[in-house]
Amino acid sequence: MSDGDAAGPRERIERLYRSESRQVLATLIRLLGDFDLAEEALQDAFTAALEQWPRDGTPANPRAWLISTGRFKAIDRLRRRARFDAMLGELAARLDDRAAPDPAEQDDLVLEDDRLRLIFTCCHPALPPDAQVAMTLREVCGLTTEEIAGAFLTGPPTVAQRIVRAKARIRAARIPYEVPPREELAGRLEPVLRVVYLVFTQGYAPASGEEVVRADLAEEAIRLGRLLVELLPEPEALGLLALMLLQDSRRAARTGAGGDLVLLEDQDRSRWDRGRIAEGTALLERAVSSGQVGPYTLQAAIAAAHAEAPTAAATDWDRIVGLYDLLARADPSPVVELNRAVAVAMRDGPAAGLALVDAILGRGQLEAYHLAHAARADLLRRLGRTAEARAAYRRALELARQEPERRFLKRRLDDLAGGG
Amino acid sequence: MQYLCLVYADEARLAAMSQREIDALIDETNANNEELRSSGHLLLAQALEQVDGAVTVRVRDGRLSATAGPFAETVEQLGGFLLIEARDLNEAIRIAGRIPSARVGSVEVRPVIDLSRERSPR
Repeated sequence: MSDGDAAGPRERIERLYRSESRQVLATLIRLLGDFDLAEEALQDAFTAALEQWPRDGTPANPRAWLISTGRFKAIDRLRRRARFDAMLGELAARLDDRAAPDPAEQDDLVLEDDRLRLIFTCCHPALPPDAQVAMTLREVCGLTTEEIAGAFLTGPPTVAQRIVRAKARIRAARIPYEVPPREELAGRLEPVLRVVYLVFTQGYAPASGEEVVRADLAEEAIRLGRLLVELLPEPEALGLLALMLLQDSRRAARTGAGGDLVLLEDQDRSRWDRGRIAEGTALLERAVSSGQVGPYTLQAAIAAAHAEAPTAAATDWDRIVGLYDLLARADPSPVVELNRAVAVAMRDGPAAGLALVDAILGRGQLEAYHLAHAARADLLRRLGRTAEARAAYRRALELARQEPERRFLKRRLDDLAGGG
Repeated sequence: MQYLCLVYADEARLAAMSQREIDALIDETNANNEELRSSGHLLLAQALEQVDGAVTVRVRDGRLSATAGPFAETVEQLGGFLLIEARDLNEAIRIAGRIPSARVGSVEVRPVIDLSRERSPR
């Protein structure tokens, strides 16, 4: 491509920024050993590209050009600041001495490792969970502080402060920029997968607010999941991506007229994204064939069981209950038990499910979880115990924070009032 | 860089261990310390008397007060520490994970601050 083609050099640099900036940043953090310095260097490098490329032509390897330009600009910056702080001068000299990255080191494998290093550093267990999420979205995905704050319903200053503190902690505790060795991978991959899934659920089923789905955030999580699978095809990374794709395949069918929530059993299955289902199922098979089946893979298998059913009535509930049994053993939690109870109700009838839900609530667990009361209400409704169902729907409504869910619960309450 | 590994354990649980189990834990701790010392990672390691032997000292308005305690209110109490030298936090976490007491209680890893770098220039 020459500079004279349809897309001007400016547009091409902007496109390059979107596709390459995270990769360049990841490598600059390794070369410079500092997040803030690397971010400034990244901006400097792209500013230089905007000045020079239209004049001198686009370099043969734009990514390598951006990395080495960013590195030189950072050393320059340190030298200028060294007039006020001698320590920065030493740092500049040390960075300069360290031989410029040799071209062999610029091969794709080393650079891809930098993206993994960045992910593992942002999701380091020494950082608080909310800081892990903020750092991942900011540094790995390149979202702005405002975008992250919008997605998690907090103020930009809160997000900015989390990021500043996380960077300070990385520096003070000396959290290294590395991919954990094989023997530590299992433990270290866990928080990474949790962060990615949290970003996904925040997009797919926001805890509060107006929308049923925030597609951009779910999209971002799937992109992260793909990157992980590409760089580190561990069984649970495959399982997580499968899970996200299979759940996301129902995105269009999950929202009805006026942004209302449509339950799985009422969804128009022809609107499910078959491409995502096929991709998710293939990934699930890869994860299962590894022989190590973890919680994400099991949840993906449950999502696949729903995806394969041509109609709600044709759902294989026996298989789903069996998968929930395995999941309850692999990752015991009251929420898993609740989902299992709902599956049991579908297989054995509402009375069997209600006994299980009441047992969970009787232990004092999930008392403040609106979906537990919504599930109980639904089972009571199906058993014809209308007064109790109404009370349970009201309790769920008190606890629900998401508008479409609240509208759904109100509709159910109204229906019961009308039907007697 | 230096890190302080604070070893916490449930004193009641330790008290319930048989002498044989305690001997085994001590032997393992000594062996691990020896290994860390010879690899240059260990600067200092000590076990502490039970927390009911502790005295808390405060100076307020120039007056010293010494009181017994803190009394064991939390589940786990500080039972010992290791001051280590490690390349980075990941190496420190790796070392902490090899402390035998980590299997009974927990180990808090705290980076040590170089105070001379924290102080503003005189």
